[in-house]
Amino acid sequence: MKKLVVSALALALSSGLAMAKDKTVRLGTEGAYAPYNFINDAGEVDGFEREVGDELCARAELTCEWVTNEWDSIIPNLVSGNYDVIIAGMSITAERDEVIDFTQNYTQPDPSAYLATSADADISGGVVAAQSNTIQAAFIAESGNTLVEFATPEETIAAVRNGEADAVLADKAFLTPIAAEDGDLVMLDQEELIGGGVGLGLRESDTELKAKLDAAIQSMKDDGSLNALLEKWEIGPGF
Amino acid sequence: MRSNLMFSYCVDPETLSGVKWLSCYLTTTKHSNLYYSFITVMVLLAITAPTALAFGFAGATAARSRILPLRWFGKGYISIVRGVPDIAFFLFFVIALDQAFEYVRHRIKCPDWSEPVRQGNDFVVCQAAKLPLGEAPQWVHETYGFFIAVLTFAIVFGAFAANVLFGAMRAVPRAQIETAEAYGMSPRQSFWRILVPQMWVYALPGLSNLWMVLTKATPLLFLLGVEDIVYWARELGGTALPRFTDYPHGDWRMWYFLALLVFYLGLTKVSEVFLERLMTRLTHGQATTGGESQRKAAA
Repeated sequence: MKKLVVSALALALSSGLAMAKDKTVRLGTEGAYAPYNFINDAGEVDGFEREVGDELCARAELTCEWVTNEWDSIIPNLVSGNYDVIIAGMSITAERDEVIDFTQNYTQPDPSAYLATSADADISGGVVAAQSNTIQAAFIAESGNTLVEFATPEETIAAVRNGEADAVLADKAFLTPIAAEDGDLVMLDQEELIGGGVGLGLRESDTELKAKLDAAIQSMKDDGSLNALLEKWEIGPGF
Repeated sequence: MRSNLMFSYCVDPETLSGVKWLSCYLTTTKHSNLYYSFITVMVLLAITAPTALAFGFAGATAARSRILPLRWFGKGYISIVRGVPDIAFFLFFVIALDQAFEYVRHRIKCPDWSEPVRQGNDFVVCQAAKLPLGEAPQWVHETYGFFIAVLTFAIVFGAFAANVLFGAMRAVPRAQIETAEAYGMSPRQSFWRILVPQMWVYALPGLSNLWMVLTKATPLLFLLGVEDIVYWARELGGTALPRFTDYPHGDWRMWYFLALLVFYLGLTKVSEVFLERLMTRLTHGQATTGGESQRKAAA
């Protein structure tokens, strides 16, 4: 009987220890925004943020796991605790900062560019496509143009191809490879500087994790490994 | 990165063309996710349909109960859930449901937790109360999400089914119940032996509509992180640039959606054949025009 009590106690203690061990950090991404994040042929999350995220987890000594979530519900699912970090090319804005917290930025503020079927597309008073709930959508809504919103980045490009929109406004790094591949689409000269660079999104109460990831981003900035990745995936200027 | 385990000649897809290229392309691991999602959708439908029917039956029975609070509950369930848009239900109700589960577990498992559960916008419970646990493997998370989806679908479609069944129960001729009473059956007996067997024929047209709507409602699942066939069709069909894949192609979503169209049409056809047979069986011996014409044809 005594033995039983002791072993039960030991079990309770060891399970308590297991609980105290670092939990898995779940990284939520969209998986539809190359080169930031996309699903590769093997069906896994790939891209700039995959490499950054894995490196940050290694430096902060965290066990990480990747999950995909639709862009429109990416913030509600974070605050309700379905994953712990948003790593989805999300620009730091004051509006989002009211709801969630951001780490320091891991890309420079990337200029947003217009992609259109001709160089003289009407972007002052015309119809411009953007993904919903993005800084670009907010920007177009403020400007004199008519905004058409789509749930996925792919649809915004399709809207330009089929003439539904005169142009699409999106991150330049996202549009560059598309413009390079498709002869019918051209990038306009005009660019818009909006947003404060891309950061990791966290719950406001998760200060400990935020400090760890902030330190890891800083160390990647310091030793130049972040710049190497920014260059590899052709995402804007380095730090 | 080996993304194809099926054929050995798929090592260098750039050199391939025609059927060989296509055979490699269609057997990438990413494509097998699409094929698995067909199974996910079919399993979801197979579990959700009977569960929703059970919810509907319970709702309809409650709505016509002689006990007043139960009747209120039944009628409240039917009208509230039918009135809320599906997408709002899926965005907010599911998250609320998940938080409710976690809150209850939090109160039981971590009684000496001092911080508030609601911190601004955040919902924070202790690690032991998380559902599923934070360190659980990804498939546990996916299965949990799947069953939350089943539950939500069952609640939403259960409300519609409840209304259909409620109407069907009232459509059974009063004379049938009167006869049962005359034979000395209790209300419970006349409900189970007379009313329920006869109501299905009135309920089936409405229920079959619900089934058809349910088969096409699965894209709502991605709001919960469950990847269904429409998600993968959109993902695979989207423009694939050579920098990011071994199998570059343009906007092929039309072809993927065409395949989905064929799938859904096939599913509809199979459902129709099945429902038609069910209707013939249920009509047999019923005091309806359908039952009457069956009787005349046999005579």
